[in-house]
Amino acid sequence: MIFTIEVNNKQIKAKTGETILSALRRNGIDVPTLCYLPELDATGACRICVVEVEGKPQLVTSCSQPVEEWMKIFTHSPRVIQARKTLIELLLANHPDDCLYCPCNGRCELQHLAGELNVRERRFPNKKSPARLDQTCSALVWDPAKCILCGRCVRSCDEIIGVSILDLIRRGEKISIGTTFEKPLNLSNCITCGQCIQACPTAALREKEAFAGVQEILHKPSIFPVVQYSPVISVSLAEEFGIKPGKDLQGILNSVLRKIGFKKVFDITFAADVLVLELADTLLKRIALGEKLPLISSCCPGWVKYAEQYLPGNLDLLAPLKSPQQIMGKLIKRYYADMQGITPEDIVVTSVMPCTAKKFEAQREEMSLQGTAEVDTVITTRELAKLIRLNGIDINQLDEEMTDSPFASRSTAGKLFGVSGGIVEALIRTLHFRLTMKEIANPKITKIRGFKEKKEVYINIEGKEYGFAAVSTVKALPSLLDEIQSGKKNIQFIEVMACPGGCINGGGQPIQGNGETSQLRAKAIYDIDDKESIKASHKNPAVFDLYQKLLQEPGSPMSSALFTAVFNKRTVLL
Amino acid sequence: MNQSMDNEIDSIFQKHQRNQREALIPILQDIQEQYGYISEEAVQKVGLFLAIPTSKIYGVATFYDQFHFQPKGKFHITVCRGTTCHLEESDNLLEEVSKYLKISQSEVSRDGMFSLETTTCMGACGRAPVISVNGNYYEQMTIDTFKELIESFKQRAL
Ligand code: SF4
Ligand code: SF4
Ligand code: FES
Ligand code: FES
Repeated sequence: MIFTIEVNNKQIKAKTGETILSALRRNGIDVPTLCYLPELDATGACRICVVEVEGKPQLVTSCSQPVEEWMKIFTHSPRVIQARKTLIELLLANHPDDCLYCPCNGRCELQHLAGELNVRERRFPNKKSPARLDQTCSALVWDPAKCILCGRCVRSCDEIIGVSILDLIRRGEKISIGTTFEKPLNLSNCITCGQCIQACPTAALREKEAFAGVQEILHKPSIFPVVQYSPVISVSLAEEFGIKPGKDLQGILNSVLRKIGFKKVFDITFAADVLVLELADTLLKRIALGEKLPLISSCCPGWVKYAEQYLPGNLDLLAPLKSPQQIMGKLIKRYYADMQGITPEDIVVTSVMPCTAKKFEAQREEMSLQGTAEVDTVITTRELAKLIRLNGIDINQLDEEMTDSPFASRSTAGKLFGVSGGIVEALIRTLHFRLTMKEIANPKITKIRGFKEKKEVYINIEGKEYGFAAVSTVKALPSLLDEIQSGKKNIQFIEVMACPGGCINGGGQPIQGNGETSQLRAKAIYDIDDKESIKASHKNPAVFDLYQKLLQEPGSPMSSALFTAVFNKRTVLL
Repeated sequence: MNQSMDNEIDSIFQKHQRNQREALIPILQDIQEQYGYISEEAVQKVGLFLAIPTSKIYGVATFYDQFHFQPKGKFHITVCRGTTCHLEESDNLLEEVSKYLKISQSEVSRDGMFSLETTTCMGACGRAPVISVNGNYYEQMTIDTFKELIESFKQRAL
């Protein structure tokens, strides 16, 4: 039911069942929030969203209170503003005043609110937190001194990702966020997905930044700096520069990377294409030999770590193949270097990824060969934006350029790796060709698209049915695996991406407050798939070339030598 | 975890239903009763039994002062914070004690010698402030008598 309420002496429309906050926001009235996360139920913990409701003695938290027909609300009365200001001042009492040196300077919600509420002096004495910085993890930094205890990280990890490594521990003065037994992150069951970073309003949780180091190597004459970027960077980087979400910057991305100083620019989408061919081959061989199924994708390092912790008995289901990031790195150092007569040790490969877990992946022991890492440094989309700004480049003034040969072409199937369901879609296109030597009539597999946590599609190829599933976040996985293993479902392949909706929503992506941005990022990828003509990995000419010159065929001894990955059980507190 | 500990925890579980979250606190109390503290292995086992992530168990358990996550020290010191002791400045005493031992509440000193916790009235208000060490009461404590006491324990441990 729709009814009218009065807000700040004006009538607005509200709906039965919605919260005061939702009615206000829909009507363009801005009330600040801190602990509230749009996708999740409100907890009412921080009280920054309070408003005055006539007739109620206490201020009410608008994020958690349902709106009612009789309400007369004041969102910015002196009493409300004073209450909010005091709350912020209290938070600042425990906060280090080092905004100028803070990685989240300029995008910090606390800083923003202090400005908005006109906080101009320290009203409460500063009790600096004695807690120590946790830098043990290769992907995340945990800086408890900056934590304002909003609980958003805890809830993202619990409710969005489904891993639950964090909680509020103790109470009163000693309350903090922590892992079980307050283990450092590297010894915890954190899968380094970075969704808690997306949730954190301050720099308490952040990525381990590496872009400053990249800037340094770019100017060392002895080094040959190469950059490779994930399929989703081109559709999300624009947001960091105030451009509307969903704009594809592929050509600009290439030129900006060269401007920064990288000698060669490669698109990891190429390696995704290679992986599709290898995956199709692995799957067909497992089916033919009656080996253990379903085959499960292993491109997402967050998911891989999850499996190593929670599903040690099922690790043989994971495709024993490296991820596109590592395949690309390997091809650069083993093939490209050779071709160009460069010593692999002189090449430094920087990866630009939407993902914090890729930092962890690049440092896994098995990802280096004879001491040479396949990928030397991983920076996130956000860090790339910082690097661009550091170099004072105006992306609006650049012409579009191409990526470098010999990896200069890509299919749109590889591009689909950025969205949940995309690996399945790419795989189906190539499988169809492998089985029939004909292209699939309708390459668009809409059933596997979209943001649902679990999607399934069944495809009939020459009279035989093949089942595929895509899950994003790990919540739906255990039950799906049960259903398949107990014979209830005929599914031969599962794609898993740890982040909701896939890599477009990775922990390293531009921080965004709402679901609409992700929709637009996904749409940009699907638009590319609609527009371009090379829609299947096996039709990528540069991939064809690579197989002719180096790999021979999918699953060849050369492929295995280069691309085999290994997974091992990890013992952590679950 | 050794076999006997494993079995003992299993027998604690027998009193409760699998996957019943309400059983968390009683189970933790039983484990603490049995071992004096709650180990990592125990938390992991409880997590599996009740289908609760260990982070949530740790979060709940640290909310209450009653749970310990390390074995108690050789000398376990309890400082009373009951009303009478409080009036006799047991808070000050606690502060001094924890400074002297370099541990705070629910902690164990590095050498494993001392651990510290607080409690409500120990029923000896007449001679407040009161502390107990391994169950023995020491009354009308001052920080000086406390230090003497500690030194005598250290001697004894040599
Ligand atoms: S990185 Fe992911 S798994 Fe780790 S704490 Fe954050 S949300 Fe949880
Ligand atoms: S780490 Fe960040 S998200 Fe988590 S409670 Fe602290 S301020 Fe909130
Ligand atoms: S945003 Fe409403 S209580 Fe925190
Ligand atoms: S208050 Fe301390 S013994 Fe009663």
